[in-house]
Amino acid sequence: MVKERLFYLYLEMKMSFVKGLKCRECGKGYPKEALHVCSFCFGPLEVDYEYEEIKKVISRKKIESRPPTMWRYKELLPLDGEPTVGMQVGYTPLVKADNLARKLGVDELYIKNDSVNYPTFSFKDRVVSAALSKAKELGFKTVACATTGNLGNSVAAQAVQGNLESYIFMPANLERGKVIGTSIYGTNIIGINGNYDGVNRLCSEIADKYGWAFANINIRPYYAEGSKTYGYEIVEQLGWKAPKHVVVPMAGGSLIIKIGKAIKEMTELGLIDKSDTSLYGAQASGSSPISTAVKKGSDIITPVKPDTIAHSIAIGNPADGYYSVKAINDSGGCAEDVSDDELVEGIKLLASTEGIFTETAGGVTVAVTKKLIEQGKLPRDESIVICVTGNGLKTLEAVMDKVEKAPVIEANIEEFNALMEKKEVCTA
Amino acid sequence: MPVKVRIPTPLRSLTNGEEEVTVEGKSIKEVIDNLETNYNGFKERLCDENGQIRRFINFYLNDEDIRFKDNQETAVNDGDQISIVPAIAGGL
Repeated sequence: MVKERLFYLYLEMKMSFVKGLKCRECGKGYPKEALHVCSFCFGPLEVDYEYEEIKKVISRKKIESRPPTMWRYKELLPLDGEPTVGMQVGYTPLVKADNLARKLGVDELYIKNDSVNYPTFSFKDRVVSAALSKAKELGFKTVACATTGNLGNSVAAQAVQGNLESYIFMPANLERGKVIGTSIYGTNIIGINGNYDGVNRLCSEIADKYGWAFANINIRPYYAEGSKTYGYEIVEQLGWKAPKHVVVPMAGGSLIIKIGKAIKEMTELGLIDKSDTSLYGAQASGSSPISTAVKKGSDIITPVKPDTIAHSIAIGNPADGYYSVKAINDSGGCAEDVSDDELVEGIKLLASTEGIFTETAGGVTVAVTKKLIEQGKLPRDESIVICVTGNGLKTLEAVMDKVEKAPVIEANIEEFNALMEKKEVCTA
Repeated sequence: MPVKVRIPTPLRSLTNGEEEVTVEGKSIKEVIDNLETNYNGFKERLCDENGQIRRFINFYLNDEDIRFKDNQETAVNDGDQISIVPAIAGGL
């Protein structure tokens, strides 16, 4: 009895439940270092946890007693100690979207709104908090990333908080909001001609040569785990219940996999009852290698050269494409893509029904949800969560010519009255 | 036809730490075969049991993904540069 109690106390005190890294393809084990691919088969490395021990110490009550941040799920995150960067990240609103639900003709609809995440208004704050905290644990002084915008914003901002030097590599054609929203933090920002896939390839070689912690390259196993908190929060905010359907934007394909993993972990740890969540992937038609594969019934990802205004998800060669196709198919979900015009309508629809201004990726997700409902692939009488991962103020270019121009009048009441006469005005 | 091949970190144990090696070959396939001849064990790391390039490896010929060309049949010319790059996450 005493022995058992002492063991429980030891688990309570234990900071880390990470065994090491493990190849997702061949299962080969690796130590907790800055590694991201299996040296034998090149499969992606994943964090390997001591789930049996986590099960003994984690509970709904314990999680609920902690501050409302992503770190309330710390046993399931990849650090050896407490986070040192981004301690306030996460726990964004899950909005019950009744207006949008009425418009789309469905009964129960939610928006998981990471457009108000801290500190840089996107889901990327989660993964960066995990990545930079781990980079500091591993002793790195310089962090870096290849980015389609949001990741760069977050690495630059959180590197300041963590007193780390940072280098951000991004396609030179990104939206101004994304560029300025990175350089403002005093980072070293480098624009690269061409698309994100080229940036990535260059960064892979830089990571090899310079020995920095690249959030999405050599620190990727730890970085990617941060995404799971988006899924944990959805479940907790639904009253410890997994949604029936989740629609997720896809770029490299990691987030949809991690949302699936989060729900599976919570089920296996006994935090929720058995769930049957279906995952739905959303892409822009101009960069849709994953949705194309799903629609073709194939697991072979044929790379494409992206051509879409949805820059944040314009990845033609998705690293996690294969596993995202598998996650979608295994869950009984499907994938769809929409045109740039449809995604702009998606942004406007969400803004005008729920008062949430999302960026292009969010527009894609809303528009795909609408399309799947119309196609009958998303049922109208079951719970649906739409994943909104970024903020519209960063991609103003996408909608600036698509919104009504404000009338300009002199500062007198007659002019205003004249303006109102042209409209049907409610004066009550 | 000699071409330069950039070697990613996980494979440098096979090239005595060399970041770049020069091999002969008229196609990507021949380059892979000659890498195997010169540096034993290369092919099984790059290709699966069916001889296909593994799912998480990208081959670039002069900055162009060979899947936009003729995959392993892609022709290689004197002085070309080949990069072998593991798949990289990102986006959103």
